[in-house]
Amino acid sequence: MKDRLEALKVEAIEKINESHDLKDLQAVKVAYLGKKGPITEVLKGMGKLSAEERPVIGAYANEVRDSIQLELEKKQTELENAAITEKLAKETIDVSLPGRPVKQGNAHPLTAVVTEIEDLFLSMGFTIAEGPEVETDYYNFEALNLPKGHPARDMQDSFFITEDILLRTQTSPVQARTMEKHEGQGPVKIISPGKVYRRDNDDATHSHQFMQIEGLVVDQNVRLSDLKGVLETFAKKMFGEDRKIRLRPSFFPFTEPSVEMDISCFKCSGKGCSICKQTGWIEILGAGMVHPNVLEMAGFDSKKYTGFAFGMGPERIAMLKYGIDDIRHFYANDIRFLKQFKNA
Amino acid sequence: MLISYNWLKEYVNVEISPSELADKITKSGIEVEMVESLNKGISGVVVGYVKECIQHPNADKLRVCKVDIGQGEVSQIVCGAPNVAEGQKVAVAVPGAVLPGNFKIKKAKLRGEESLGMICSLQELGVDTKLVPKEYSSGIFVMPSDAEPGSDALEYLNLNDHVLELGLTPNRADCLNVLGVAYEVAAILEQDAKLPDTSITASEEKAEDFISVSIESLEDNPYYGAMIIRDVKIGPSPLWMQNRLMASGIRPINNIVDITNYVLLEYGQPLHAFDYNRLGSKEIVVRRAAEGEQIQTLDDQNRSLKDTHLVITNGKEPIAVAGVMGGATSEVQNDTTNVLLEAAYFASSRVRAASKDLGLRSEASSRYEKGIDRNRVYAAAKRAAGLMAELAGGKVADGIVEAGKREVNMYSVKMDVSRMNNLLGTTITSEQTAAIFDRLGFSYKESNGIFEVVVPTRRPDITIEADLIEEVGRIYGYDRIPTTYLLSEARPGGLTASQAKRREIRKYLEGAGLYQAVTYALTTPEKSTHFSYTEDAVYPISVAHPMSEERSTLRMSLLPQLLEVLQYNQNRSMEDLAVYEMGSVFINRQEVLNDLPEEYVFVSGAVTGVFNEHLWQGERKTVDFYVLKGILEGLMSELNLSERITYESGEIENMHPGRTAVVKLDGIPVGLVGQLHPALQKEMDLKDTYVFELNATSLIEAETDQMVYQTLPRYPSITRDIALVVDQDLPAGDLFTVIQAAGGELLKEVNLFDLYQGEKMEEGKKSLAFSLKYFDPERTLTDEEVVTAHNRVLKSLEEHFGAQLRK
Ligand SMILES: [Zn+2]
Repeated sequence: MKDRLEALKVEAIEKINESHDLKDLQAVKVAYLGKKGPITEVLKGMGKLSAEERPVIGAYANEVRDSIQLELEKKQTELENAAITEKLAKETIDVSLPGRPVKQGNAHPLTAVVTEIEDLFLSMGFTIAEGPEVETDYYNFEALNLPKGHPARDMQDSFFITEDILLRTQTSPVQARTMEKHEGQGPVKIISPGKVYRRDNDDATHSHQFMQIEGLVVDQNVRLSDLKGVLETFAKKMFGEDRKIRLRPSFFPFTEPSVEMDISCFKCSGKGCSICKQTGWIEILGAGMVHPNVLEMAGFDSKKYTGFAFGMGPERIAMLKYGIDDIRHFYANDIRFLKQFKNA
Repeated sequence: MLISYNWLKEYVNVEISPSELADKITKSGIEVEMVESLNKGISGVVVGYVKECIQHPNADKLRVCKVDIGQGEVSQIVCGAPNVAEGQKVAVAVPGAVLPGNFKIKKAKLRGEESLGMICSLQELGVDTKLVPKEYSSGIFVMPSDAEPGSDALEYLNLNDHVLELGLTPNRADCLNVLGVAYEVAAILEQDAKLPDTSITASEEKAEDFISVSIESLEDNPYYGAMIIRDVKIGPSPLWMQNRLMASGIRPINNIVDITNYVLLEYGQPLHAFDYNRLGSKEIVVRRAAEGEQIQTLDDQNRSLKDTHLVITNGKEPIAVAGVMGGATSEVQNDTTNVLLEAAYFASSRVRAASKDLGLRSEASSRYEKGIDRNRVYAAAKRAAGLMAELAGGKVADGIVEAGKREVNMYSVKMDVSRMNNLLGTTITSEQTAAIFDRLGFSYKESNGIFEVVVPTRRPDITIEADLIEEVGRIYGYDRIPTTYLLSEARPGGLTASQAKRREIRKYLEGAGLYQAVTYALTTPEKSTHFSYTEDAVYPISVAHPMSEERSTLRMSLLPQLLEVLQYNQNRSMEDLAVYEMGSVFINRQEVLNDLPEEYVFVSGAVTGVFNEHLWQGERKTVDFYVLKGILEGLMSELNLSERITYESGEIENMHPGRTAVVKLDGIPVGLVGQLHPALQKEMDLKDTYVFELNATSLIEAETDQMVYQTLPRYPSITRDIALVVDQDLPAGDLFTVIQAAGGELLKEVNLFDLYQGEKMEEGKKSLAFSLKYFDPERTLTDEEVVTAHNRVLKSLEEHFGAQLRK
């Protein structure tokens, strides 16, 4: 009987190994381990055996059954893996085909530059002040030390709507309004970005509408040297750590002393190139110590308070930063132009 | 302002190069915009003497000259200039010479005659045509007879000079003349400024015997001085003077006119020379013009004056517009022998009014407008009279006939050194300060660090302490001021809620596929009123003096300009476009604009063409109403306003009447979304275009609850689907409203998942399928509760719309 079991085992394992798919394997399983299979048959004949032989053969039969079972399982795993591999092979796609585009726009380059500058000053403790684009003559000029008939008004040919209402020519009226709101109490620490308007013919370097960002700090003991510190931080963050700055005396009606700030050329590092017109320096912004008249008009005691103000043009900064040669590009909104500022 | 480097050196000792000088001037306050070399690449041009000049045998327009070019060397040169003649001293470019534009001179044969070089005009030497004296404008330039043949012609013509172009700010009108710049340079270089010679030898005759002067208003004309110079001989001014005028951008005319211009440039004092014999009287009366009074000016134009203009008269009629232009009748001409020289101080407001109204801006008028030095008027008059004697052979009558006050007193301004150091962040000592005032030529008294500075009249820009602080600071050098950081307490900066939300809206729209545009706020009057969705009467706001009709009126909507952006891009073959803008619009409800108009931030978008595309997978979705509405719904969800927003079909000018919704917040219109009216699309040559416009100010101001975290559902929800048959024209939005209301608390979500309106439906009907999700965050719902709520929904739908379940 043992021989018979041994033969069955060899035969079954042979069949298992010959199976090509799970169906074949199932058939083998039923054929050898089923209730009507040969091993069951053998076990049924055990009654004829002696009491000593019975447990021995029984144990052996179980052993045979277990090893067939084991082989079956092994083969089954093997076949299943093969089936999966085959299925996956059929599912293969061409990964080199282009993906489905995700629609994504981006900010206008001027917004990108303004946001960058805003964030920089926010990190230095400034807040952002805003005001109307249609302004009164008082806030746009008079409160800024530009009384009617002042020759410096000619520097800014304005779009008047009525005798007293105009499109603001600068964002400084926001400073005047903010100071007024503080009712003579410092500190004031703001920047004011926004659109401004001047009667200019649009050409490569002029635009009747453009942007400005101005800054204002009013407090006790504010010094020109502090302005230098703030502007140096700005220049390094905006144009690179190794930028140097230079202040030149200048004139603005609402500051005294007034300065113009140049940065060392970021293209040639001061050696001289076409961007810096061979001077090694690039003019970036105007600034100065707030004129005592302006402080007084806004209700601050100019004996107690001092302040500084600065103003710059985002168009100019964007043109320098990205090498844009014509200011009109900003307002034409050619989509091929706008798309280039994805990463700005 | 153009400043000749050589001329400047006459008044101040300059030992550095023009570009080094320019750098120093720029650093201490006056921007030198350009340093221009008058030698535009010339070499090898010498003085020649035309010994002989005969007609070219083979060419009518050419002459053959024998020219002595020094050391006895005589060259034959063929010359085409009509004014070349025997006996002239001329500029000769010899073979091997180079002229501007890298033009090399070689030996040549012209119509068979050898030519060893070229006789030059000033233009050929790089001088601007409009500066060349008229008699030489179409020929060669003739040099003074004492020029030495063979010597460097550029020296004679001052073409080795450099010109500094100053960009002057309005406060530095004192540098609108060579002397003013000399004072500035003297302060920078620690030198002294030397003044020109103003001494004159007067004749026996007395000026007062020739003329009397009276002024009607000392406010309009605080001072008027007249000098008489007799027996002048009109002719060209000397070459050195012509050279300096040309270097400064002024064309030489004749000696008398050139002298007035020369002194104008030197002192900044406008002067006028009248032909005394043609005055028509022996008196000068300065008065306001009568309204409509006529004068023929030097340029032979007849001009009608206003009563805001100031005129110089001979007692009867105007002979000049004060500070602006002289009259034609009393103009200095070639036969003029006696000159009346005017040196006056006119109020800048009078000069500005006349110059503006008459459209005449001159070197003189612009100086009066910016303010001249009152105390320099007399010196300038003497300087000019002296030059007229010296260079035109005139005899200066004794004295100056004047009205008004010749000079004004100087005032003083105080400055505290410690306050200066506090303002600048410096530690400048009193001694250093005193030295700087010395360099500037300001006199002062000092005690305990308080300076009392007497301000020279040439510097009227200095009126307060801060002005003096600036003077000290700039001469001390801004590069020597330290860099410090604000002492004030650090406070956190940050965006306001509104600013943060505007950024959020922009980010959202960009994430949704729209590119940000920035357009002009000024548009045409017609376009300014387009796309208005409010009922109120609004009045367009136009600027008084627009640059063009195109940019004359403030926008009330961003859409007209966004449509122009689409047009611009479509014209460049870009068909699929999605743009948005965020910007201010201006609403005026006043018939006459007395108060500032209302300003709102609008956010608007315009989309045309394919919006989503994945070609090889066959996906190509053109924009439609629902694409834009989806974007708005997402935006409202971002702003936490979804539940307060409704979309109601509405008719808006320029919008498709059947494809437009008014967007309402709590029932109040805040915007629109829809397709452009096909008529407008056609007019603008646009493809199907969908737009939206929202009043961002209103959306941002709408109070929204702070976001509160909702616990995640722990109990299962139950979903029921229903398919309804309703009338074709019933808006789906109405169904949503009724379902939501009838479903009550437990109904948490309603989604439309199918819309069918095809042939299988009964005429005039459509079918909509909704999925309704019920749940309670606190417990598991029972079947009964759901059935009750759901039946309520079905009943309500039937009652409201006769909606039937689709079989
Ligand atoms: Zn450079």
